Amino acid sequence: MSKTTRRSFVLSLGALGTATSVLGWPGIGHAKAGGRVVVIGGGFGGATCAGYLRRLSSDIDVTLVERDSTFMTCPFSNAVLGGLYDMDFITHGYDSLRDAHGVKVVHDSAVDVDADAKKVRLAGGPSLDYDRLVVSPGIDLRWGAIEGYDEAASATMPHAWKAGEQTTLLRRQLEAMPDGGVVIIAAPPNPFRCPPGPYERASLIAHYLKKHKPRSKILIYDAKPKFSKQPLFEQGWAALYPGMIEWISESEGGAIDAVDVGAMTVNPTFGDPHKGDVINVIPPQKAGTIAEVAGLTDDNGWCPVDQRTFESKMQKDIHVIGDASIATPMPKSGFAASSQGKVCATAIMASLSGQEMPDPSYVNTCYSLVGPEYGISVAAVYRLGDQGIAAVPGAGGVSPKDADAEFRVAESRYAVGWYQSITSDIWG
Amino acid sequence: MRNSTRLLKLIALFAASLMLAAAGQAGELSRGAILAASCEGCHGTGGRSPGAIPAIAGKSAEYLQETLESFRSGERPSTVMGRHVTGYSEDEIRQIAEYFSKQK
Repeated sequence: MSKTTRRSFVLSLGALGTATSVLGWPGIGHAKAGGRVVVIGGGFGGATCAGYLRRLSSDIDVTLVERDSTFMTCPFSNAVLGGLYDMDFITHGYDSLRDAHGVKVVHDSAVDVDADAKKVRLAGGPSLDYDRLVVSPGIDLRWGAIEGYDEAASATMPHAWKAGEQTTLLRRQLEAMPDGGVVIIAAPPNPFRCPPGPYERASLIAHYLKKHKPRSKILIYDAKPKFSKQPLFEQGWAALYPGMIEWISESEGGAIDAVDVGAMTVNPTFGDPHKGDVINVIPPQKAGTIAEVAGLTDDNGWCPVDQRTFESKMQKDIHVIGDASIATPMPKSGFAASSQGKVCATAIMASLSGQEMPDPSYVNTCYSLVGPEYGISVAAVYRLGDQGIAAVPGAGGVSPKDADAEFRVAESRYAVGWYQSITSDIWG
Repeated sequence: MRNSTRLLKLIALFAASLMLAAAGQAGELSRGAILAASCEGCHGTGGRSPGAIPAIAGKSAEYLQETLESFRSGERPSTVMGRHVTGYSEDEIRQIAEYFSKQK
């Protein structure tokens, strides 16, 4: 039996008030077991947290602040680039969160947070009061970290690291490129959103090029000495796209110091500027701007949190989940963000209702498509240890290297099933 | 003093249970639910998978527990389940199986 803390007892008395009112007993108080939760950001972390809070208690008043009317997922945006799916497939709306779960959805931008007054200021509408705030803004790009790569440059050299118009732009550029062209992908340093993402992207662009422009090449300039699922990707590239993808590691001068949008070149650490026909620059990253504005980030631009509840270590009653948070060793993935959203919802529900929070459990499962019929995966199960989140030893890991074709086909099917499940769990 | 603290704790627990009973649509705040939430990302909400990943909602707890244990031992081959199931204890697997057996 969990011990009742003073705090939980006081909150439980509040709950008594609610319970007695509901049951029609003489009211001895009108304190709500609920409370007001504002969630900033309707992506994998925020939308999960908002929906799960309402599933846990219909007494909690949940407002989701999201700039856009629909959300386009980064997962499977590489499949759009490869021509496997269209943008509709990766576009999700908020009707179900609003209508089925009773989340108040406000399409506006959060521009500031007053942590003392517990208010979120919006660009358009009136400020929102909260008892608990969840900040799930994802990433922002460090414009200028690569010389010459600012927001204007991304209109010529798309990053496509936030799905949407940038995805469409990069796809159009690939379609317009002549056969025999060179596609350059500049992969970022750690930590960044979706560790296997740049390499899945190279794979699915190669799938498109092999079919339509087979004399073309893909160069991955990398700021890192190694990358996620590397042996599996390299094995898949050799099997499906021999000679088409070249990876230039950090030790070979793969880090890009500057770009020239006019000349369509990238400048690696060593060697001459290299010209590309299509250049995809995935720049260094940081927590989404609102996290910085709200005073939630550390010197490195990410948000330190109590990894049990995801409450910020910088500001009271504000939780940060998803890519913006420091949840190491969990990767900055949509799936991890969703898992964190559920743990955070549980923590907030427990706190608001004066119950003991059950021990958290976290998970990550990320599929990558090397080709339409060739899937690989990485998985991990996490627990809270003395030092914070820790992967359970002996569990998790990547797909076996010696798996047969049937195994890769199965994982490519599961990749699609995974996407359908998680997106319906969040936005369905 | 001691007795009154005990009494207050009992009142608090009673209140909490009343609250849960009263909130018609409330989900579970339990270890089983938080463990099961880990499964729902792939297997769908409540285990109701809409796609290629097997649906597990409403399967008997016995079947789910046996299947998970056979993934763990490797007796039943899998792509990713063997990598997941090794992250949970026998008791946790029992709680997960019970949770999904109650879903529809």
